[in-house]
Amino acid sequence: MYSASDLRKGLKIEIDGAPCVITDFQFVKPGKGQALYRCKIKNLITGSTVDKTYRAVEKIDKPNLEERELIYSYPDGEQFVFMDNSTYEQIHIGTDVLGNQRWFLVEDMEVNILFHNNRPIEVTLPFFIERTIAETEPGARGDTATNVMKPAKLDNGYEIQVPLFINEGDRVRIDTRTGKYADRVSKGF
Amino acid sequence: MSTRSPLSAKRRVLEIRATCQAAIRAFFRQRGFLEVETPVRIAAPALENHLDAEPSGTHYLRTSPELQMKQLLGAGYERIVQMGPCFRQREQGHWHRPEYTMLEWYRAQADYHDILADTRALLPAVCRAVHGTAVLSWGGRSLALDGEWTVHRVGELYRQWAGWDPVVDFDADRFDLDWVEYIAPALAEAATPVIVTDYPAAVAALARCKPDEPQVAERWELFIGGVELANAYSELTDPEEQRQRFAACTDERKQAGRTVYPLDEAFLQALHDGLPPCGGIALGVDRLVMLLADVPHIDDVNAF
Repeated sequence: MYSASDLRKGLKIEIDGAPCVITDFQFVKPGKGQALYRCKIKNLITGSTVDKTYRAVEKIDKPNLEERELIYSYPDGEQFVFMDNSTYEQIHIGTDVLGNQRWFLVEDMEVNILFHNNRPIEVTLPFFIERTIAETEPGARGDTATNVMKPAKLDNGYEIQVPLFINEGDRVRIDTRTGKYADRVSKGF
Repeated sequence: MSTRSPLSAKRRVLEIRATCQAAIRAFFRQRGFLEVETPVRIAAPALENHLDAEPSGTHYLRTSPELQMKQLLGAGYERIVQMGPCFRQREQGHWHRPEYTMLEWYRAQADYHDILADTRALLPAVCRAVHGTAVLSWGGRSLALDGEWTVHRVGELYRQWAGWDPVVDFDADRFDLDWVEYIAPALAEAATPVIVTDYPAAVAALARCKPDEPQVAERWELFIGGVELANAYSELTDPEEQRQRFAACTDERKQAGRTVYPLDEAFLQALHDGLPPCGGIALGVDRLVMLLADVPHIDDVNAF
């Protein structure tokens, strides 16, 4: 259990069995009143945010969290299979947890997975991955402006916005945190 | 989170702080106040439910100089002011430090209305000394300190924002929580300085209750841009009532498992010997400097 005085920004706590993180924290003490701890709390599973005020005497549950490094292996229908290289345990994670991150999985990629009571709840990918552009309108030759964008499809079908000079076959780097184009790695031909 | 910056980057704010303090001293000197220094280490800090004093050997560091200031009033000093360090255990946050600078002033033959008049003259004067104008720039907003000040009664605020009236039926826990969750955010939007007044007698602390409305204390608090800046009273001068309030607080602190401080008998004797009707105020100087310098953290206005 945590005491209210342990609370701080970034601390992970448990509310009604759900793992949560404190995204904003403020110590307040209204004139002549009791010490209070104002928190903005994000549910790590649903992503929803609530405001909550704790009194100094309140106790807060500690979540049973574990972080593990796993290797991405292969897709299996709507699921994605990750492997623990030390135990060879295979763990299936669905799109409900991965969301758009599923488009940025690369075979043998090392990922960080957060488990709550042995259930995967959050996946952290390497910040950048590389993929090949499968489909886009031909680029304007010599146009190296990076602020004008056009749609393009990756080799796995995911659509992103790329600068005009990008062509089919080009290898690009994508920021997995934003899902956006970062830069070109090499030209296709 | 602290937004501590290296010492050299604090020059702008430290200069504002020095100008602010010089302007405060000049203001009170010009109005015939005597600046005093009372002990920082005291044997008997004022008993309040939610104030914890830092122990210092056989003594405590003061949470406020008020008990000594009032003894001076009793001895015939009619206008006194003090600016110096006060200490409160475990108070740490954007707006709190365990050690901070408090400005307190007191007037004999006066009440909380007179203290409000002082405050309404002081703040524009300080702002002018620092910025050359009485308009404060705070978090992207402009707040005129010499224009209108909005006054709200506590009962009205709770009825409007929280749906109940603490003056009629007091609930200490709900009073604090609803303040923080509903009323403080509403006040933070105000375009003028805000005076919140007529607190329930249960949170009178060292304030006098209204003679014709005894369920209400003659106490106000000042909020500027949502910042709680000062707390003022028509001071309680009745020795018996003061003794009863200290006794009630002693019981509450015992029940809550908090340290109980000895009674300040010299202070109670001064009330017994006769204190003139008087008003007083405590104003957080660090918070005032935060407003003047437009910075978000109390650490930003202190060198260390």
